[in-house]
Amino acid sequence: MSEILRIIGNGEDLDDREVPDGLAEKDLVELFRGLVLLRTFDERAVALQRQGRIGTYALYWGEEATQAGALYACEDGDWVFPSYRQNAIGILRGVAPSTVLAWWRGYGGTHGFWNPRDHRVGPICVPIATHLPHAVGVSWAAKIRKDRASALTWFGDGATSEGDFHEAMNFASVFKTSTVFFCVNNQWAISTPISRQMASETIAQKAVAYGMPGVRVDGFDPLACWKVTRDALERGRDGGGPTLIEAYCYRIMPHGTADDPRLYRDESETERWKKLEPVGRMGSFLRRLTILDDTKEEEIRAEAKETIAQAVRDMEAIAHPGQEILFEHVYRSGRPWNFDEALDELGSVERPAEVKPLGPPTSPGAGAEGKTQ
Amino acid sequence: MTEPSVALATKANMVEALNRGLHEAMAADDRVVVLGEDVAKTGGVFRVTAGLLDRFGEERVVDTPLAEAGIVGTAIGMAVYGLLPVVEIQFDSFVYPGFEQIAVHAARYAWRTKGEVPASIVIRIPYGGGVRMPELHSDSPEALFVHTPGLKVVCPSTPQDARAMIVAAIQDPDPVIFMEPKRIYRAGRQELPDEPALGDGNGTGTKHLSTARRAREGDDLAIFSYGATVPLVLDAAERLSLELGVEALVVDLRTLYPLDVEAITGAAAHCGRALVVHEAPRSAGIGAEVSSLIHERVMLDLEAPVGRVTGYDAPFPQFANEDDYLPSVDRIFAGAKKVLDF
Repeated sequence: MSEILRIIGNGEDLDDREVPDGLAEKDLVELFRGLVLLRTFDERAVALQRQGRIGTYALYWGEEATQAGALYACEDGDWVFPSYRQNAIGILRGVAPSTVLAWWRGYGGTHGFWNPRDHRVGPICVPIATHLPHAVGVSWAAKIRKDRASALTWFGDGATSEGDFHEAMNFASVFKTSTVFFCVNNQWAISTPISRQMASETIAQKAVAYGMPGVRVDGFDPLACWKVTRDALERGRDGGGPTLIEAYCYRIMPHGTADDPRLYRDESETERWKKLEPVGRMGSFLRRLTILDDTKEEEIRAEAKETIAQAVRDMEAIAHPGQEILFEHVYRSGRPWNFDEALDELGSVERPAEVKPLGPPTSPGAGAEGKTQ
Repeated sequence: MTEPSVALATKANMVEALNRGLHEAMAADDRVVVLGEDVAKTGGVFRVTAGLLDRFGEERVVDTPLAEAGIVGTAIGMAVYGLLPVVEIQFDSFVYPGFEQIAVHAARYAWRTKGEVPASIVIRIPYGGGVRMPELHSDSPEALFVHTPGLKVVCPSTPQDARAMIVAAIQDPDPVIFMEPKRIYRAGRQELPDEPALGDGNGTGTKHLSTARRAREGDDLAIFSYGATVPLVLDAAERLSLELGVEALVVDLRTLYPLDVEAITGAAAHCGRALVVHEAPRSAGIGAEVSSLIHERVMLDLEAPVGRVTGYDAPFPQFANEDDYLPSVDRIFAGAKKVLDF
């Protein structure tokens, strides 16, 4: 099986390798900026959930390299399809962070959704692996239209057990679409370890069955994630077909704000992985290259903090959506007659009190978030 | 064998009419693509897509791997990119592996994208029994889709409507489940007009996907049906006329979601008695919805409760018993008599 590609060392026993061709100094800073913005969003979202200002939230803390690194390898015309674990990826492409926060606050319509064609970012996909065929369809359509666009889609190790993963891989290889299957192998699907998802040695080896390359990369290394994604996209654009990337890492955080990993795993293992997390690692690497210093890093962090603070203000400025939102945009061709009747019925009685996000559990391990403080 | 005359060639059965509609839609708009199992080289197991490959090429007419979630899912991706995919599901029950893609994505894409990016796909499903097929080639799953907000569900019963409705479904921005009654695919031929148009001239464009059709006029009993049972209802109506002197008004629903509520309540109120006929199972079927609409809106115009003649709440049988399961002219006649005798 292929080795795990790693570029950034740890400043101790693991050496740094050469920065890959195609990344200038300003790219490295931009990439770091993306990592920090994603990290800031994630940490703020967890705090908002704890304060009862958004609902249950799926964390991605530690997986920023798989997101920002891969996205930085994409051209503007390439499409990306996130799962909920990459819920904020759109903010690196122009989607308003307040829109993503509003989605987690339980808002729909124009508040919580975006037009995928505006930034070539698919909607947040909740059901596992079902967005993979969409990425194949987009890249297939681009091929039919003789366009240059490729599509990249992220999913987890658990998703490789789903039929849609296999059907998407198979369609992509049969029709030689320019699709990048980016699997974030964080080794946990809520409480289910990778050993219960599969008996295969690696996820990358599943590519063999579909006649496409399967590569492994350090999922905590943004430069390595960039490199394998860039190679896969170039191959796809040259007519070489799809690639499966396995980004090997670890889910450092709980699955979501309602999850308590102490119930099912040894958290001392988590601490070991946490030392490899990508934001600190990239920051140290840039310092070793003397591209980054305290002043510059502080500036980048302050900028991210303000962007997300503004997003929180924007989210909270959204008025509770009216009842008509239930029936908006269900049909592009217009509202069926029964929608008007439903609205009349809704309007004939007093409106229920505004639904607020639920607060945190009363104690660690309390489980469902139904218990508020 | 003699060559058909030009005049004869304009007459088409439902397969040929659908085929003509697909040719017309693909010629009119190069974003239209056709995907499915065996749709290209063989032209589909029922030959509905015959000739498309030769005319439009292998990029637009595609034999896919045997995987319905993959077919529907990639079609959704194509629609997101801007194409207009038409998917063939080979037989009714084969749609179940694709159901998740239909229910959680096709039906919700417009809603999930501020109405900007509907999944503009047509999913054609040859459905229903009466053709002596092995297990799971005879289901009528339309109610599953009617119960899935975001979809339109239509079902023609004549060649002329089939052609007009497939063209309209492809033009419609919303995802359309296009139920094709395979039992009457080749049941009869009809003269097709120059342009795709509904048999009753009722509306144009997307109106083709929202109106019911009066298939027979009458004053005594309104009978509602769609798809393969419409010809049976018309036969039963003739028998009601001959034997009982009862004139049934027959409404071909044509569109199952959204239902043509005015046509339904108008016909029921006019006759004062109503019956719904379909071959899908009874519970929570289209008949239940039509019956409720009538009772909610025009109950005071009724002389009797709305009756139903349907398939049963049992698995579609092995075909040796399918005629016991399917609504027959006798069962429709008996069901009508029950409503009339109330």
